[in-house]
Amino acid sequence: MAKRQTQRVLMGCVLLLEILFLTGCQSEHRFVLRTAFKGTDQIVITFAGPVDETWAKQLDHYTVYEKPDPDILLSLAGVALSKDRTTVTLAFREPLNEDQAHIVAIKGIMSEGKPQGTALVTVKKSYIGYILTILLGAMIIKNFVFTKYLGLCVFFGTSQKKSTAVGMGVTFTIVMVASAMMSWFMYQFVLKPFRLDFLQIVVFIGLVSLSVQAVDTILRKLNPMLFKAFGVYLVLVIANCIILAVPLLLANNEYNAAESLMLALGAGLGFLVALFLMSSVRERLEVANVPVTYRGLPIAFITAGLFALAFMGFSGMSLF
Amino acid sequence: MARTKKTNPQLFFNGLLAENPIFRLALSMCPAVGISTSVMNGIMLGVAVLFVQVCSSCTISAIKSFIHPRIRIPTYTLTIATWVTVIDLVLAAYLPAAYKEMGIFVKLIVAFAIITMRLEMFAAKNPLVPSFWDGLGMGFGFLFGMVTLGAIREILGSGTFLGFSVVGEKPLLFFILPAAGFFTVGFMMAIFNYTDLLFKKLREKKG
Repeated sequence: MAKRQTQRVLMGCVLLLEILFLTGCQSEHRFVLRTAFKGTDQIVITFAGPVDETWAKQLDHYTVYEKPDPDILLSLAGVALSKDRTTVTLAFREPLNEDQAHIVAIKGIMSEGKPQGTALVTVKKSYIGYILTILLGAMIIKNFVFTKYLGLCVFFGTSQKKSTAVGMGVTFTIVMVASAMMSWFMYQFVLKPFRLDFLQIVVFIGLVSLSVQAVDTILRKLNPMLFKAFGVYLVLVIANCIILAVPLLLANNEYNAAESLMLALGAGLGFLVALFLMSSVRERLEVANVPVTYRGLPIAFITAGLFALAFMGFSGMSLF
Repeated sequence: MARTKKTNPQLFFNGLLAENPIFRLALSMCPAVGISTSVMNGIMLGVAVLFVQVCSSCTISAIKSFIHPRIRIPTYTLTIATWVTVIDLVLAAYLPAAYKEMGIFVKLIVAFAIITMRLEMFAAKNPLVPSFWDGLGMGFGFLFGMVTLGAIREILGSGTFLGFSVVGEKPLLFFILPAAGFFTVGFMMAIFNYTDLLFKKLREKKG
């Protein structure tokens, strides 16, 4: 009996995950196998069979635009057909913005003299890569502490010792993920449908306090040892700007569930990384001979400035 | 209840200098580092914080006897969030260009530690009029700090003040870099510490 119930719960979870993860995908035309970006200004389309050269070489058979603005058509520079006549490479006059999904409308495909209909296909970077980009972006490339200057009060307050830094970072990550997911849900299913966008700030900060309280209560009952170690930091979480910045970013960028999860996780882990780096340096500073006027916070700020300069080197990087 | 014995002007100057939120209490550092690249930014955000601080101080002080002590922190947060929403919508409607430049920071006033701290330490224990003066002092203290930082970075970084050319060239371009915010705040704190030490030495010599 219990086994069947677990099975049912598992099935439910899998179904839910599938719905959440697969919403980004779209069914393609049966004659188009693959689409992909190539270089900075090319799109490669692979067909299931060989297409006619006279048809393929005509520029006006292809219409390309970015998914958010269908009115702005991108201008084509040329079309190249591979030797086996199954792969078409479209070259564009200007570099493409690969972060946006592109739509390619292919008119009246002709294969061996037979018409194959018109296809409307999406070109985008692979979804897993896109999601990992969000995660690593929030964690390192656009680190919230060193490149966006958020959460500094807590950052300077808890980076004196490594153990404190790790405790704060872990607690923060847990609360961040919980509250960001709740905020995403509230925004997508309550605030947006009822046009209550202007209540964003009030609702999000309320959800943050709620999740802090919930984590507090659950941790106290489930694992008193862990609570003893991390309980002190829970109060501080609410004074951290990042915890409010992430829900606001999610709402602005219209992220879906998986993307939101990645951004929240990245923000939390990024804060952990920043705290760990900073506390390692500050432990050394304790024994260093610092001028009297710079002792304490001033030297910590200078150190953070050096870190920020180093993190500037990551800017503009894209991994996938 | 520990009511304050200070007069109203004393409360005002307390926030401006002795307990300056940025250089002395080291609270609400995020905007001080993040958007202090020009004097105009400093003034805009400073005025927004001043408005939120004064309004929420007065609100909490007026309704303090109705708030159950156990839910006081959520009450403070929601009060602040309400006033931030007001200033956010007003700025977005009437000053869209400046609002865009400040980005997400206006909305993040909710999470500034300084406002919650003043409500907890002062407004919840004192009558309306002293709370108003305390809020005004703290708000102007923040404004003063932001304008100072903005002036230093704007003059050194781009050689202008409020957009008008002062130096005629760009002396130290480094200061306009985002990362220089950390250095500027660090140097300012060191200068405050140095003057402190200097005054102490002078007093010892006299005494």
